[in-house]
Amino acid sequence: MCTVCGCSDGETKVHGDSHDHHHHQGDHHHHHHDHHHYGHGPAGTEVPGMSQERLIEIETDILSKNDRFAKANRAALTAQGVLALNLVSSPGSGKTTLLCKTIEALGDQPLAVIEGDQQTQNDADRIRATGARAVQVNTGKGCHLDGHMVGHAMEHLALEPGSILFIENVGNLVCPAAFDLGEDAKVAILSVTEGEDKPLKYPDMFTAARLAILNKIDLAPHCDVDLDLYETNLRRVNPDIEILHLSARTGEGMGEWLAWLRTHLAEKAIQEAAQ
Amino acid sequence: MHEMSLCEGMRSVIEDQARQHNVTQITRVRVEIGRFAGVETKALHFAFDVVMRGSVAEGAELVTLDLPGRALCYDCMKEVEIDARLDPCPLCGGGKLMPQGGDEMRIKDLEVA
Repeated sequence: MCTVCGCSDGETKVHGDSHDHHHHQGDHHHHHHDHHHYGHGPAGTEVPGMSQERLIEIETDILSKNDRFAKANRAALTAQGVLALNLVSSPGSGKTTLLCKTIEALGDQPLAVIEGDQQTQNDADRIRATGARAVQVNTGKGCHLDGHMVGHAMEHLALEPGSILFIENVGNLVCPAAFDLGEDAKVAILSVTEGEDKPLKYPDMFTAARLAILNKIDLAPHCDVDLDLYETNLRRVNPDIEILHLSARTGEGMGEWLAWLRTHLAEKAIQEAAQ
Repeated sequence: MHEMSLCEGMRSVIEDQARQHNVTQITRVRVEIGRFAGVETKALHFAFDVVMRGSVAEGAELVTLDLPGRALCYDCMKEVEIDARLDPCPLCGGGKLMPQGGDEMRIKDLEVA
């Protein structure tokens, strides 16, 4: 039984400490109006104490429960000045390799990683091999991380103030777009081998992202890709999106990415100080 | 979107509401779905029937109400209504549109027997 939310059974597992989750929490909803219509039947008859039809107006977001967990995560992260980034992409875009290289390049910057995959601890093992702290969340049948899973993973990490939390979401360009985890920004990683029209095919994810990293840029000359068209299509679905070109393998573009991280970490420190 | 996850979210909201209002049978659930919410209505209906089994909303009718897609055109800086996510601006023909709404996924009300 989970002490935070009373969750018990389910398929999700957080490694390090095996822990089962299921969404069973008590809930609070916005009650704008409760209309109880007693006894107004089709024939206009009214029978005291008899309910013929009753409408409960609830106006509640379907994902309201997730949004509450995400809000709690965000508050906890901001209180510590932790910059949290939700890394989203298709499977195989190079998220884990980019993370490993980023961790090496950041040196003694405190950081931690939450790895989301349906199965295996492979990615957390790869991150731990760099010396960084990592928690693996296996979502079982789930296709995305949610605010609840991330809240529990955060408990296992004992985050240091002023650190960066990288949340590597399940490789999936669809569902993770809708699930807020409490992050400061979504970073979409798109490898140049995936096709210039990927942002048009999966617009929601790229609209939700603040930054898109065009990864594996070293392969561009070998696969007839039009990098300008990638940018045009990204901006078509999200005119505000920032774009970086990068190769985790050769290190090209890593400087800009590290500068982006440091800028946003500094902004988070200002947010923390303002509270 | 993952319609099964959405229905699980709906089930949890519905069960909480049913407890609070002390009702045992929900006959109709009305949800508002934005044009850009990425929800496949047919898949939602299918998942709804499966997920609600054994709950107070087992056998309930699911009614989906469409909400329009809205976007800000970065060329003419007007907020416009568009049918599809990649449509150009109906006013100026511009192609740089930032969604401003239409991603709603909300349970509007529940009808109780």
